[in-house]
Amino acid sequence: MPMDQVAVDHGHDAHDHKPGFFTRWFFSTNHKDIGTLYLVFALVAGIIGYALSGLIRWELAEPGIGPLTGMMEAMYGTTGDAAIEQAKSFYNVVITYHGLIMIFFMVMPALIGGFGNWFVPLMIGAPDMAFPRMNNISFWLTVGGFFLLILSMLVPGGNGVNGFGGGWVLYPPLSAMKGHSGPSMDLLILSLHTIGIASILGAINFIVTILNMRAPGMTMHKMPLFAWSMLVTAILLLLALPVLAGALTMLLTDRNFGSQFFDPSGGGDPIMFQHLFWFFGHPEVYIMILPAFGIISHIVSTFSRKPIFGYLGMAYAMVSIGAIGFIVWAHHMYTVGMPSDMKAYFVAATMVIAVPTGIKIFSWIATMWGGSIDFEVPMVWAIGFIFLFTVGGVTGVVLANAGIDHVLHDSYYVVAHFHYVLSLGAVFGLFAGWYYWFEKMFGVKYNKSLGYWHFWTMFIGSNVLFFPQHFLGLNGMPRRYIDYADGFAMWHYWSSIGYAITLVGTLIFFVGLVEAALRRRKAEANPWGEGATTLEWTLPSPPPFHQFNELPVVKTEGGH
Amino acid sequence: MAEDVKHDYHLVNPSPWPLIGSVAVLILAIGGVVFMKGLFGLEKGTTWVMLVGLAMVIWVMIGWWREVIKEGRTGDHTPVVEIGLKYGMVLFIASEVMFFGAWFWSFFEFAIFHGARVGETFDYTNPIFAEGLSRFAEWPPVGVATFDPFHLPLMNTLILLLSGTTVTAAHHALQHDKMDNAKLMLILTIVLGIVFTALQAYEYSLAQFTFDGTLYGSAFFMATGFHGAHVVIGTIFLLVCLLRMYAGNMTAKKHLGFEFAAWYWHFVDVVWLFLFAFVYVIPHLVLGH
Repeated sequence: MPMDQVAVDHGHDAHDHKPGFFTRWFFSTNHKDIGTLYLVFALVAGIIGYALSGLIRWELAEPGIGPLTGMMEAMYGTTGDAAIEQAKSFYNVVITYHGLIMIFFMVMPALIGGFGNWFVPLMIGAPDMAFPRMNNISFWLTVGGFFLLILSMLVPGGNGVNGFGGGWVLYPPLSAMKGHSGPSMDLLILSLHTIGIASILGAINFIVTILNMRAPGMTMHKMPLFAWSMLVTAILLLLALPVLAGALTMLLTDRNFGSQFFDPSGGGDPIMFQHLFWFFGHPEVYIMILPAFGIISHIVSTFSRKPIFGYLGMAYAMVSIGAIGFIVWAHHMYTVGMPSDMKAYFVAATMVIAVPTGIKIFSWIATMWGGSIDFEVPMVWAIGFIFLFTVGGVTGVVLANAGIDHVLHDSYYVVAHFHYVLSLGAVFGLFAGWYYWFEKMFGVKYNKSLGYWHFWTMFIGSNVLFFPQHFLGLNGMPRRYIDYADGFAMWHYWSSIGYAITLVGTLIFFVGLVEAALRRRKAEANPWGEGATTLEWTLPSPPPFHQFNELPVVKTEGGH
Repeated sequence: MAEDVKHDYHLVNPSPWPLIGSVAVLILAIGGVVFMKGLFGLEKGTTWVMLVGLAMVIWVMIGWWREVIKEGRTGDHTPVVEIGLKYGMVLFIASEVMFFGAWFWSFFEFAIFHGARVGETFDYTNPIFAEGLSRFAEWPPVGVATFDPFHLPLMNTLILLLSGTTVTAAHHALQHDKMDNAKLMLILTIVLGIVFTALQAYEYSLAQFTFDGTLYGSAFFMATGFHGAHVVIGTIFLLVCLLRMYAGNMTAKKHLGFEFAAWYWHFVDVVWLFLFAFVYVIPHLVLGH
């Protein structure tokens, strides 16, 4: 990493005037406090999203419709066939909210809101974000959006159960009045509008902070890769989310004010929604994974005690992933009946993304090559990330082929693919960042043994959980069904066993959290040694309430 | 907490507005669903929840921006902070452009691929689509009487373009400290904005199609309606700048609020030119409607 030498000592001693509890946490204008709020929020939302996936695996552990029927009996007082019919709808509600919560209220708040807020200003040597007050409304609107989402789960959806069950993609006609006539879908639309506003404001904040507040001497080409990843992520958010907002608004007026955008009987076109949705949705998957790319780059470099291999290539690989990410959206829609030429284009464009992604994977490996590697907790998470993300990336190349996708579309192969890149990619990146920065953020050390146990249980558990889903998909198991033919039983059983293993891992994670909180072992400013060269390690752990009152100066001669 | 600070960035004091603002948006959203669907035992069509939310949102906007203006006047907006604010406004407008992108995209899709949708994708024998087949084989759909672009729409185009020049004139006057001239030009801009909105409302009242029930109406009113909403917002923005000028709040050197209002106004202007070209003129000339 080029920006290693820090010349000036920055006055950060006694004068830590923190406001009172309520003002500090509810009226906050401090990027570190807001980052902590985001992390706590993501933890809470993550538990709910994770519990929903538990319901999925519980139900699918064996063929037949079982556990959810019992829940329907308890929740709605129905019995027999009526309860089974409700269970079918409820299953779809569960998968829908699992997806929405994990994407919008767990991964994004944690990676962007949490780590982004905490470490972008620290890494670029800025005292805070550019717009600290706007930063706070981004957070509180996220909470408001989550409130609306949960409310939407608890009010009638339209198919005999509460909540919307059309999948996180919200395709009409399922999301139109024909599919779900209840207020649930309207609340969901407004929830996504709310979180969309929050994300757009957050994106503006990050871009301005990164462009305008880098420390003296830190040119763009000396900026840490995590800041680069957040810059690209923020640009994607800024340009993709308004298009989703447009699509959602059309959906809302179709539902309530008689417009016909997506209604074929009035000349409208449901496929139009899919185009608009995926024009947002595809950049969205990069929005979730790019921050993890940034985190992994720092961890691999730190624990290999080498500057990252091909720094500029790494930065511009992310830029090109972001740019190409905008022109591949219809590869999610190969089966809607698009012309072959269009498919050919989207296949080719999608394949191209493998190039910058390959640059990243190979550069991480080249960074480790010949390095003196410390297998600290964050490093094993990072290596786990590289392995699992590569598996997900490779199945992504398989699915990019329109011909193959016609067979695998909406099958468990797709489910396995995106869980490898997100659940095992983004989330492993999240945990890697958590163990990398935990001591910096909270000023206490965690128990390393618990960190390793957490890693191994999660690594084994999530592989047992998701790898068999490739086989299920290749054998023709469709997504979003509560039941399946007996022939799929074995791999579904193993998949649920895998979930149980991750449950143990998650428990270990919380034990580690509580242990660290109770023991209160004082953390050092830089626990990782000479490999950790970014500016946050020059500050005490935790950093002062306002850091860099005197800006750090990054030496300009090429120290790399 | 500002002692020993040796940089020019703005460390903002804790503020209640973000939290209140979020609660306001929450109430507005829930109120919206109460109005549209009925919720919590409240009848569909109940408006008071929504209005409470809206009032709170407006209250937060006023309170928040008062705070910003105060900070600007007490020296928190140093040159480097001003650059940041400018970046922020440009990025906000960029996201607005993408928002309008969604409306143009859907309008183009409906206009260009109507044949493909009606003829190829749909099953001819399905009675559900029989009506669509007959009506939507052309764009605008058969039976939809569109506006003559060279009547009111052209008038409105000229009005908006003129307002773009007056706002620029106001900016120049402001930069040269000719406050009376700046106020006059700004008043002219605001009047032109109001005239545009009034003419647009008049045009809407003459429409032979409606938002509900026709695809063309949906696409037309959504695109032009959101533009109209932006004109109203821009007019209010300019009006606030005018009031601030009278309050002696803007100087030749420091008038970021005015600059942002002017940028926003130009953005609204450009969106209109695209609407005029693609929604009004081209369908008229090419398709003869």
